[in-house]
Parts: sequence; C-alpha cells; structure tokens
Amino acid sequence: MLVPTLRTAPALRFALSRRTYATAASPNTLVLLEHRDSHLVPATLNAITAARKLGGNVTGLIVGEEGKTDGAVEQAKKLGLPILLRTSPLLAHHTAEPLAPVLASLVKSGGYTHLAAAHTAVGKNVFPRVAGLLEVQQISDVMAISSADTFTRPIYAGNAIATVKSSDEVKIFTVRAASWDAAKEEGSGEVDAKAAEDVGPEQAKWVSEELTISERPDLGSAPSVVSGGRGVKSKESFDSIVLPLADALGAAVGASRAAVDSGYADNSQQVGQTGKVVAPSLYVAVGISGAIQHLAGMKDSKTIVAINKDPDAPIFQVADVGLVADLFEAVPELTKKLEEAKK
Amino acid sequence: MRPTAPSWLKVLVPIKRTVDYAVKIRVGANGVETAGVKHSLNPFCEIAVEEAVRLRERHKKDIENITVVTIGPPKAADVLRTALAMGADSAIHVEVKDGVIVEPLAVARALKAIVGEEKPDIVLMGKQAIDDDASQTGGMLAGMLSWPQANFASKIELDVAGKSVKVAREIDGGLETLSMDLPAVVTTDLRLNEPRYASLPNIMKAKKKPLKKLKPEDLKVDFSPRLETVKVEAPPARKGGAKVESVDEVVAKLKEAGVL
Repeated sequence: MLVPTLRTAPALRFALSRRTYATAASPNTLVLLEHRDSHLVPATLNAITAARKLGGNVTGLIVGEEGKTDGAVEQAKKLGLPILLRTSPLLAHHTAEPLAPVLASLVKSGGYTHLAAAHTAVGKNVFPRVAGLLEVQQISDVMAISSADTFTRPIYAGNAIATVKSSDEVKIFTVRAASWDAAKEEGSGEVDAKAAEDVGPEQAKWVSEELTISERPDLGSAPSVVSGGRGVKSKESFDSIVLPLADALGAAVGASRAAVDSGYADNSQQVGQTGKVVAPSLYVAVGISGAIQHLAGMKDSKTIVAINKDPDAPIFQVADVGLVADLFEAVPELTKKLEEAKK
Repeated sequence: MRPTAPSWLKVLVPIKRTVDYAVKIRVGANGVETAGVKHSLNPFCEIAVEEAVRLRERHKKDIENITVVTIGPPKAADVLRTALAMGADSAIHVEVKDGVIVEPLAVARALKAIVGEEKPDIVLMGKQAIDDDASQTGGMLAGMLSWPQANFASKIELDVAGKSVKVAREIDGGLETLSMDLPAVVTTDLRLNEPRYASLPNIMKAKKKPLKKLKPEDLKVDFSPRLETVKVEAPPARKGGAKVESVDEVVAKLKEAGVL
C-alpha cells in the first residue's frame, strides 16, 4: 500500500499520492454489515450492491458480541463475499465510540480503498466518527456511483442532485438504500473470525432501547407503503382508517412529520428528509399535503397514490393517481374494494 | 461578575446559515441558486440553541456560558444574532469569503480548534444542515476530540453535579438511551424541542452581546475541500397530476400499473 506516513517529506508525499492515483489499484471495499436480532438489516443488502458497482473486491464486516452474530454471519455467507467477523462485548450495540476505531484500524491494516455502509441510523452515527479519525471527507447517502471516486447524492432535501469527485485516499460513504437493489444470495463466502482489535473506549454507556414492535413489513424495505398525515386528524382514525388499508395492501405504515408530531404515529414511522427515505413500488399518501420535506422521502416511489380533499395540495403534483375526496369516506371504501379484489 | 465555580458548565453551539427551509430551491447552470434567496438559521441548529437555553433555564446557575459559533460568509453574522436573541451569551464568527464552500471535515477541524480555545463541557449542535444534508460534522468532531457522542437526541438530561448527560436518541425502529460523562458532543433531532421566537427586546439586546470575528488563518486549520463538485442537476421531474374521480378508478389504475 502506498499510504504515505507522516514522516514522509511533503514533496515525496505528494508524488506518492499522485502515483497511487495514476496507477489506481482496483477498488478494495469493506462494507459494514449491520445486523439486529440475528438478521442483517435489509438496507445492508443494498449497500453491498453499491459496493459491487465500484468493481474490485468487496468484503463484508460483521461486528458484535461473541455468540450473538451467528444468524447474521450465516445469512451474509450466502451473499458470496468474504466476511470478516470481529467480536467484542463493547460492540454489542454498534455504538460509535468502540466501533469507529475498529473500522479505522481495519481500513488501514487491510489496505481498503473504500468503506461503505447503509445510510441508516447506525451508518449515520458511526461513519462520520470514522471519517473524523481518518481525516476523510465522507460522502453521505450515495444514490449512484460513476467511478471509484465519483459519487452522486441528493442535496437540499432531494431537490438537487450533486455529483462529487473525492480526492481522499480512502473513500468513506453511506448508501441510500432506496436507490439500489438488494444483493441476492449467490454462492458462499469464507468467514474470518477474530476478536476485534483497537476497540475504542466505552465512553457512552448503552442504557436501554425502546423499539416499536410491528408485525407489518419494515418501512425501509417494504414493496408498498401507506402513509397518513395531518388530515387523518386523530390517533384513533389513524388506527381505524390508515392501518386497515395498509393491511389490505400488505404494506408498511408511514407517516408525515405532522402526524408524528401530533402523536398519531411513532417517530420511527416518519417518511421524509428527517425521517426515512423510501422508494417502494406503491406509495399511498392519505391526508398528506406534500411539503417538500415529505416529498424528499418518497418521491422516488414507482407509483404514488394521493387521497386528499384539497385539490391544490402539492402532493397531486407528484402523484400518479390522485383522488380529491374526503379520506374518511374514500379510504374505507378503497380498503373494502381491495379486500374484495383479493378474494 | 459571578465568581467562577468549578461545577459551572460551558456550552458551545455550532450553527449554520442555510437557505430557508420553506424556499423552493432552483437549480441553475452553476448549481443551486443561492443569490438573493432567503436564508435563515438551519432548523436543527435552532433546536440546538433552544436546548442550550432550556438547559440554562433548568439548571439556573450551573451553566456559565452559552457560546454560538458559525463558520461562514459575512452574512452568517445574522444567524449568530438570531441565536444571541434566543438567549446565547456570546458568538464567534469564523468568516470565510462569499461562495466558499466549507466541507464538514473542515468545519469539524475548525470546531476542534475552537473547542481547544473555549473549553466547553458540552457541544450541542444540529444533526444535519438542510443544504448539504451530510449529517457528519458532529460525529467527525467527536471522533477528532475523542469525546463521546450522542447523535439524533430527542431528550437530554444533564447531571451537573455528576458532570454527565443522559440522552435518548432516535434510532431506526425506536429510541436508544445512552449515558456519558462530559465533555461530550450531542446532536439534536427534530423532536427535542420547539424553538422559541426571539422577542423584539431580546433582538435589541442581542446587538450588544459580544461577537468575536476570526479568520480561517487564525485557527491554523486546513480548509481545502476534498470533494470537487462535478455537476448539480435538478432531479428528474415526475409527471404527476393525473386525477381520478372515484375509488373504483383508483383500483383500476393500480391494477393497470401492476402494483395489485
């Protein structure tokens, strides 16, 4: 590896970095495979596809507490890429302080040119810390890759799409799940299991977590999503009108920020710039006006259906199918007709 | 002046001036058009300033000072005044030339230098800026300082005597609670609080509060960008707007689109 040490004279350092650039060794990518409850987090599979787009080697990294990673490792092996398993009790919750130094050290020792993860809460939390440790300008929420150093990402809540070229020696990036297909099972990969090295201190003590338990599909990866907004008016009508429609479609349930702030739905269900970004085949917006912050989270959906009583609501500008109607009448009717159509 | 007691905490709040969230941005030949467009304090930064002020309201005499800092063009002084009017005590403006883009890495380096000078006990900042949507600076700074971090905070409980902080943070699927010793970096999520409006008297008073100006050179920090913007485009437009008359037509359209 042509990583110049700090002691290298500036001129030589420049020459070396130029040489690395000119000979451009094939990309060698490490992907952090996030897991929870013995399964890989779905967005992780999309990150693998993005990493493969770079060409070159792709290695998966699973970290966690020893004995609690088996399910994820089994699943990852089938994706046909070599897996590094690095364990330590401190890595149980993927907290940033212990994990970031592990990643930084692996990048250096393994000669990786690229480090990738899904743009999930974990990726958004841990990767900037790694970038800080390695003094690299991270690239967040990558939608497309045109070469090993050129990446496309949304800015201004997805109202502009920027393509940037990185001059960093190591490229650290997070991947927008909705823009990439999920990696499929293909063959098997070797697992290299070791205790993690250079684990950082447990500065932030993990106290507890409260998860919203849902039997419906995961919002980030569901093929269809039904979302409710302020127009739904109450938690009771959210539960009695939006949820049955979601069930009729086998869809995940989302919400606008207004609905979350009013307590109709949980924080983790928020779709938008500050919540989740989704791109399902079908997105049904119920009682959502369509503020730009919300559109940023769903306008890449394949088919958008909007039901709103205000004919001038901005949501109709992006909806493929718009119905101007009172949702309290139209949605139950739609639910009923969908149920009938299934029979 | 109050005598300094060792338990008093200093809060540093880095903030950013961005295009106002309600503006529908336009993409021109040279990227996003920002000249003559309304700018304001980034919403997440506003939440961070609000939280700093509320921490002082909750822990009356324990917070010695709230300093806001921004790295930006001359006009970024406006958002510092806004933050001062909301209740911050003093401001630092690292002034860069108009049109200069300072990447999160450079901001984190500059903030590290400022933390070295100001010695805050807690750095409270927004989780992301709504212009570059990077969501990086807080984590980068924490990594550079080797301080603990709590990103996407929706609740902050400060224990002044114990010099520690307990933060509920938003994760995929719910909330996670972390507890950490100070000094620490905390980034704010939307649900942390609702920022106050600055009253007219406070806006007047803010004009008299200290605002220190620095140049990038004063911090001895490398601001050179690592990313070259190749192009900025408008996203592909959707051809929406097709309205139907009845629920039956919705069902028919869905069948037609093959999603049923």
